[in-house]
Parts: sequence; structure tokens; C-alpha cells
Amino acid sequence: MSRSPLPYNPKILELFRNPKNLGKMEDATVSAVAGNPACGDMITFYLKIDEEKEMIEKASFESYGCAANIATSSTLTEMIKGKTLKEAWQVSWKTVVKEVGGLPSVKFHCGILAVGALKRAIRSYYKQKGKKPGWLPEEQTFEEKQALEEEELAEMLAKKMGEIEGER
Amino acid sequence: MIESVEGLIKAHKGIKKEVYLDLENSSPVPKEVVKAMLPYFNQTAYGNPTLTHKPGWEAYETIIRSAKKIASFLGAKNPEEINFTPGETEANNLAIIGTAIKKRKEGKKIIVSEIEPLNILHVCQMLEKDGFKTVKVPVDKEGFVKLEKLKEAIDRNTVLACFSAVNNEIGTIQPIKEILDIVKDKNPNTVFHADLSDTYGRISFDVNKIPVDMATVSSYKILGPRGVGALYMREGFRLQRIIEGQIGTQRLWPGIENTPLIVGFVKASELAFENFEQNVSHMKRLRDKLINGILGKIDETLLNGPIGDKRSPDNVNISFLKCEGEALTIELSLKGVYVSSGSACTRRALQPSHVLVAIGRRFEEAHGSILMKVSRYHKEEDINYVLKVIPEAVARLRKIYGSMGET
Repeated sequence: MSRSPLPYNPKILELFRNPKNLGKMEDATVSAVAGNPACGDMITFYLKIDEEKEMIEKASFESYGCAANIATSSTLTEMIKGKTLKEAWQVSWKTVVKEVGGLPSVKFHCGILAVGALKRAIRSYYKQKGKKPGWLPEEQTFEEKQALEEEELAEMLAKKMGEIEGER
Repeated sequence: MIESVEGLIKAHKGIKKEVYLDLENSSPVPKEVVKAMLPYFNQTAYGNPTLTHKPGWEAYETIIRSAKKIASFLGAKNPEEINFTPGETEANNLAIIGTAIKKRKEGKKIIVSEIEPLNILHVCQMLEKDGFKTVKVPVDKEGFVKLEKLKEAIDRNTVLACFSAVNNEIGTIQPIKEILDIVKDKNPNTVFHADLSDTYGRISFDVNKIPVDMATVSSYKILGPRGVGALYMREGFRLQRIIEGQIGTQRLWPGIENTPLIVGFVKASELAFENFEQNVSHMKRLRDKLINGILGKIDETLLNGPIGDKRSPDNVNISFLKCEGEALTIELSLKGVYVSSGSACTRRALQPSHVLVAIGRRFEEAHGSILMKVSRYHKEEDINYVLKVIPEAVARLRKIYGSMGET
């Protein structure tokens, strides 16, 4: 495996410097977290939902992560504004990566994590409401599974570290 | 991809001040060193040092003189004890693989510390496929080798022990004499190799006082050109070559000697040793100013490695909580401050720096770590600038982090 200097395109750099929709949303209808600080990668998504129209009025985020993490989260909040929850659910990580002008492949997981956080927020909203729209799959989507996998891996590594520490 | 990188470089337009602190990973070559090298590309000594004509003899004379110089800085007498290699990585590979091949009938155990650089750990890992076993001796919270564990690890089967005298990431100055004595007491036949890449030119090291069998020194780590280093090998000690070809003056590294780089390495060494005490105290002052400034100005920071005289004079390694390291390096770069991070973010393997993990840092602490090294060329005002820029950068990234983890 070779290492490259992570060639971020100008759009990512711009979003990293001036992210949109940053910060905790006090009047959020729902929020969700994906990732784990131990992975060096964590995102919180906040959604304000027009409950009658099931439409996202606004979205915001907080991020612990690299430039790609910040840029993809920022982009996703812009992409879903004004979309119905059903439409927002259909946004895939590939679309997000495309929207930021492409990412180095080692950074795809940042886009995946952002979409994972969004999907968790949408799922969590319907759970709160006790509703289950037909388009919302029972089974976890790719992005949600990936987020979970990353979190589990972090936990496993942290546990392993603890055990090693204990042995000393 | 290359267009993206061009864009990244362009984004730095208008930077007013630049401070390069990533001396761990490469260094600008001082103009005195460049000046010393230039004639050797095309005016003198450009011949092959093994051939019988004037440019060849000039090259031979230059290389032997250079080897004498490097030997003298290590306290060694004989220039033949110095083997020039294309760098630190190559010298470490040669020391480890060369010993393993030479001594494989005597035993198959190699002892290292957990915090050796990857050009040692990965080589040992590779040798495991050939039946060698590597024991990684743990370190304490400041990175000091646990001597009791070292004692337990050495046995009759141990053919090689490799320990850096100074850790490259966190600046821990090991009690290397004590480590050497422990190894040799338990098994006098164990070959001892010390990586001096972060020692040479910053901390006195004399092979007469600390009689290691082999030692690696690196040119770029003392602001010389990249692409050259050397393996010191005690007189009479034998090693198996690991690459083959036309043997020249450097019997352990075939191929044509790179005379200009060797000259640059010597010049950089001379400059480092010329006003040694002064250079070192200058670095220590700037190091402490940087460490104290950051820890004093910014909350939720942790110094990685020891403080004071147990720390290398040039090394600053600090973890910034709630800040991801890669983002921090980019943010700082856009303000003209160039540093590196122990974050896993460029690797996708999720594991951050093995050194920080070994000293017990949690992953989130290691991900937010920044490594900086100061040199005699840095000025007080450079550090003042860095101390102005880092708090701003950390504050901005922590704003993006926001309230996460509070609820």
C-alpha cells in the first residue's frame, strides 16, 4: 500500500474552511450520532422536520474528524434541506462524494458516515413517532451498517488496549 | 489527482509567514550545505571512487575523508566502521536483516522496544515469516523501556536487540547504556543495534562509552540532504549484505556511491557539531517555549513523552483533545505552519501512531496529536507566530466539534 498526500479538491478545502450549517440545533426535532472518537471520526446530525409535510426544514451538524468528514457533512446538510424524509433517505454516499467533487478512496468512509448519521436520524424520528412508512426498510442500509462496523471496531480495539494494559 | 494538489498549493497564496516544524519527516537543506554539495555534482570527484582516474581518485578521497568525519562525530577511530547507505530506513534494514541472515543458525529471537520506528518493526515482522520471533519490550507512560521486562526477554536464543537511543515521535531519551549492559550481561553474543537517527547531532553519543555493535545515523534528521545515511559497525564485526551488485568502497551497500549527498551529510554534521552546546540549548529553549506556550494557552492538551532533560532537545509532541490531527495539519498549513500528526486518518486502518498507543494514550488522544521539531535555524519570532496560530486553529476545529459528547 502506498501513501498519497490526500489530494483534496478546492471544493472540499472551501467547505473545510467555511462549513455550512455548523453547530448544535437547539430546536431540532431529532438528532443522531455516527462514528466514535476512537476512530478519529464522529458526526452528529440535527434535523428540524416539518411534521405535517414530513419535510426537512433545516439540517445542521457537528463533527470530530478530518477535512473530508467536515466537507461531506456540510454538503449533506445542504443537499437535504427542503427534501421530504423519503427523498432524503434516498441520498446515497456516492451522491455526496460526487457533490463534493470526489474524494480520495481512503476517505469514502467519511461520506458513508455522514449518510449513516442522517439515516439514523430519520429512523429515530419515525421510531419516536411510532410510525413506519412503507419505504423505510426494516434492514439496515449499507451506510448504517458501515457506521456500526466502524463503531464496533473502535470498541473492540479499545477493549483490546485495555486488556493489554491490564496484563502489564 | 495532481490537479487537486495544485489547487491545495494555490490555496496557500497570500501566506505572510511560514514556519516549517515537520523536521521528523523531511527538512529544508540549509544553503551552506547545498553550497558544499554543488561542486561535487560536476566540478570535482564526480567519478566512480573505485576507478583509476583523477575524478575517481577524487571521489575515493572524498568518501574516505567523509567516513572519517562521520566516524569522529561518533567517537569511532576507523573510517571503515562507517558504511554509507541511501538513508536511515536502508541502514536499519541492513542492520536487522544482515544480522538475522548471518546468525540464523545461532538463534531466532529479536528484541526491540514497542516504540521503535516502522523501519525496524516492519522489518522484524517480515522476518517472522522466516521463523524469527520478535519480542517487543513495553515502555512506561513516558516511553522509557521497562528494564525488568527487557531482562526477562533476553535469552540464549536472542541474536539481536534493537533500541533507538532517542524516540523519534515523543523524544524519550532512553538509558541506552543501561539497556546495552542488560542485554550483554544476559547474553554477550546478542548483537546490539542502536538507531541514533534522533540522537546524532542533538545528544552526545560516543561509541567508546556506549560500545554498541551497530548504529544508524541519518542525514536529513540533522538538516542534511535526504537519500543518505550511514550504518556504524564496530571494527571486526561482520554482517551479511542484503543487496548485491558491483561492490564499491562501501562493501555493505553495492552500487556507485552518491558523493554529493555524502558531502552534504558531512557538512550538515559539521554544522550540528560546530557549536553543539549552543545549538542544543537554543533548541531546548524554543522547545520549552513551544510546549509551555501551548499547554498554558490551550485547555485539554496533553504532552506526549517526558519533560526536561529526559526529552530530546528538539521534540514537541502534544495531543489536542476534540481536534482531529489531520484537520489540524491542514488548518495550520493554510496559515503557514507545517507539522505532522499521529492521527490514523491518512491510513484508514483506524490505528493511530503505535508509539502513542504504547505509552497508553487513548485513541482519541492519539488522533489529535501534533509532532513538531525545532532546529537551530528557528527563531524566537517563529515560535511566537506558531503560538499565535495554533490556539486559533484549535479553537476553530473545536467549534466544529461543538457540543458532541456532552449529551
